[in-house]
Amino acid sequence: MTSKTVLHAKHLESKAKMVDFHGWEMPINYGSQIEEHNAVRTDAGMFDVSHMTIVDVKGEQAQAFLRKLVANDVAKLTVPGKALYTGMLNEQGGVIDDLIIYFFSNTDYRLVVNSATREKDLAHMAKVSADFAVAVTERPEFAMIAVQGPNAKAKTATILTADQQAAVADMKPFFGVQTGDLFIATTGYTGEDGYEIVVPNEQAADLWQQLLDAGVAPAGLGARDTLRLEAGMNLYGLDMDESVSPLAANMAWTIAWEPEDRDFIGRDVLVQQRADKSTDKLVGLVLEEKGVLRSGSKVIVDGGEGVITSGTFSPTLGFSVALARVPRSTGETAQVEMRKKLVNVKVVKPSFVRNGKSVL
Amino acid sequence: MSNIPSELKYASSHEWVRNEGDGTFTVGISEHAQELLGDMVFVELPEVGDEVLAGEDCAVAESVKAASDIYAPIGGEIVAINEDLEDAPETVNNDAYGDGWLFRIKASDESELENLLDAEGYAHSIDED
Repeated sequence: MTSKTVLHAKHLESKAKMVDFHGWEMPINYGSQIEEHNAVRTDAGMFDVSHMTIVDVKGEQAQAFLRKLVANDVAKLTVPGKALYTGMLNEQGGVIDDLIIYFFSNTDYRLVVNSATREKDLAHMAKVSADFAVAVTERPEFAMIAVQGPNAKAKTATILTADQQAAVADMKPFFGVQTGDLFIATTGYTGEDGYEIVVPNEQAADLWQQLLDAGVAPAGLGARDTLRLEAGMNLYGLDMDESVSPLAANMAWTIAWEPEDRDFIGRDVLVQQRADKSTDKLVGLVLEEKGVLRSGSKVIVDGGEGVITSGTFSPTLGFSVALARVPRSTGETAQVEMRKKLVNVKVVKPSFVRNGKSVL
Repeated sequence: MSNIPSELKYASSHEWVRNEGDGTFTVGISEHAQELLGDMVFVELPEVGDEVLAGEDCAVAESVKAASDIYAPIGGEIVAINEDLEDAPETVNNDAYGDGWLFRIKASDESELENLLDAEGYAHSIDED
């Protein structure tokens, strides 16, 4: 039995091809995944991300709880609305999930976690929160629409009230604000400008239709994957999971080592891994000849081998790119086993496209 | 239900074959196959002059989703390839039975055509998938 978001009927109206995505019936595309990708890179596209799990954390010890729960430090957040990307780790230093935390006050936060990991995330949070004076509340009464692209903000503005327009007008990247019935955040998963909008379920279909009428193209999970991969953003379950350290997943920047006495879950293991330089690293791969790098393929490097964690054809670049987990000794080139032959690839930082342009 | 023109022959591996009436046969992939594969990003074709056997993998259609071998539905010599696909692989998606053709074979044994499916047989084979 698959779940449906409140936008399911709107997807069918736009002739979506629906697929099962971890128990949710979601649009993979509305015709052409590449056209949807290009709409986001050059204009504005929107994704139904209502399957993602919104969790509100409130209470006297909300800050203390989150400083224990995640590897980044919510005490860094001082401006209301500011968001933080972080991993939630297990005692072995593996990534249970990656998430965004919005700060409203030291007693009031909003978390957005992945849908595929919903149950284990909620179970883990329930367990850890037992020691804190805090309420952890899932918010299934909200849908979420991500509007992304260079024209996303301007097109969204045409359907907002004057008050809402004023509330988001000067909002910097990685902030969120509740304005009227909408929670509007300058976050996303595409490497473009835009918003992620949390909307009450009963208003979601109308908002989707208004955005359609404003010229925002519906885009499916296929385009979402090629966009996030070009932007070098991890996908949970492929690029990292519970067996992978954030140090091996290009997430070192999300670990707050200071202050040293903050005892977040997984810290001891990470401190040791950092001192020993014992983990692999996540790099980008670029294949400039024909062919497409695919997840699971073996990567041969100086002094060892690694694996492609996600790979795709990059519509923006016109050739294939991938994320790969490889030994630290990896140099500037590697070989990938592809359809029974070895091909040469360049090894780069795991980021390929930002704001519509190549960063290679 | 996708479009399956009745004048063509089909392989169960989703290639179509059109008799050009001069001993040569044009080959492409079906509407159904391109739908399954999604947006095409590269098409690797054989070279003109190559000799292929019926059932031999001789081309690759690579989409955003997967790389898929294309098999020669009949044996013979490759006498033409669709070079336009080099710059516009999406033509396979947009016009699978027309401008999205892949290559043309001069049949070495036209009786091999009898091993292929007609439109009805191919429609039936898709239903069983």
